[in-house]
Amino acid sequence: MSIESQLGNLVGSLPDGVSEGVALGAGLADGYDLYESAIGDVAVTFNPGGVSSVDIADQAFEDRFVDRFGRKLIRAEAPSAWSRHIPAAIEAGTPGKLPIDLRSVTSFQAEVLTRTAMIPKGEVRPYAWLAHEVNRPGAVRAAGSAVARNPIPLIIPCHRVVRADGHIGNYSLGGTGNKHDLLEHEGARPDWLEDLASKHVRLQGNTSTKIYCHPTCHAIRRSKVENVVDFRSLDQAKSAGFRACELCRPCC
Amino acid sequence: MKEIGHALASDLDGEFPRVVEEMGKRIYWGLRRLSGNHQEAEDLTQETFIRAYQALASYDRDRIRGINLQPWVWTIALNLGRNHLRDRSRRPTYVEMIETGKPDPELPDGHAWDRRLSHLNGHQKTAVVLRHVVGMGISDISESTGRPEGTVKADIHRGLARLKQTIEEEQ
Repeated sequence: MSIESQLGNLVGSLPDGVSEGVALGAGLADGYDLYESAIGDVAVTFNPGGVSSVDIADQAFEDRFVDRFGRKLIRAEAPSAWSRHIPAAIEAGTPGKLPIDLRSVTSFQAEVLTRTAMIPKGEVRPYAWLAHEVNRPGAVRAAGSAVARNPIPLIIPCHRVVRADGHIGNYSLGGTGNKHDLLEHEGARPDWLEDLASKHVRLQGNTSTKIYCHPTCHAIRRSKVENVVDFRSLDQAKSAGFRACELCRPCC
Repeated sequence: MKEIGHALASDLDGEFPRVVEEMGKRIYWGLRRLSGNHQEAEDLTQETFIRAYQALASYDRDRIRGINLQPWVWTIALNLGRNHLRDRSRRPTYVEMIETGKPDPELPDGHAWDRRLSHLNGHQKTAVVLRHVVGMGISDISESTGRPEGTVKADIHRGLARLKQTIEEEQ
């Protein structure tokens, strides 16, 4: 056989994984892997921009992803530089060093979600507070829908955002029961929160420092029980001569 | 190839995977002989297509339609190959970071040909591999390598002569 035709026979098939690697690298598909969480197994998806979604790892999650994001999904190990940070971010309920991809939401929604990610573990804040924090105090409903559309629950802890009346409210990742369980897991005592809400308690103050907080704020939780007083509104706290906590910044 | 250009121009995201399927094996096996290494050829193949996609995504439709796809993709691959060799300490790309280590699909006489090709200089090796392994025409090779057609022909001629001599010496 001639040298030319021998050289012509040196083409085999395309190695396994190359097409998938190109789709992942070009951003035509996201990778996904499964992780444990306090509410069961979750599927975490990622692309070169960061982690793009977290969802319950059930039969239909791939369909839900494709419907919502319009990209394919490929089972893959997370990039080695991120793989350590994903379980840590799920457990901490904040991205930390993990890059996140919020291109699927509007810039306002991304701002709300970024602020949501800074609510400390074990604490909750009302929607109105979130709207106030992003300098759009009138946009309470828009802030609410941003949280409801959170593509990266658990890592962006939308379970820490509650109704204005203090009831813990709905949750997109498998329903209210999961929100209750997550808050319980983080030490935010959801039953106690519901109890406060049914008594119309919105804020609590410390009689010795004369500072009022959201009831879950770590500043008020560290106060002696005999120093804690309940308030039903901001006006009630202010007229009692209390000022707002600078850590949890109650506003509404 | 012409129809692919038109299809890409109208639906880049939908058609691009087909380009990878159709061109991918020749890109990989060409790079495999040029680099002599599976992992490097695989990384370069993926990176070549990712760069190609990114470039196409930034072009308008007319520009995509006007591209002579095979030499254009090979221009990217050869440039990446040069940079890859120059900068082996660079940070791994996103795709390399999620690489799971698939087996090496080497052909039975692949190593023998790597040894023979190692006797050729860089230009000869590139020209011979593009002409006879990948199966490109002289003008496309000229376009990919940026060397005149006459020079490409001479590179191929001398490269083949060197291979013939090496094979004779083996026997």
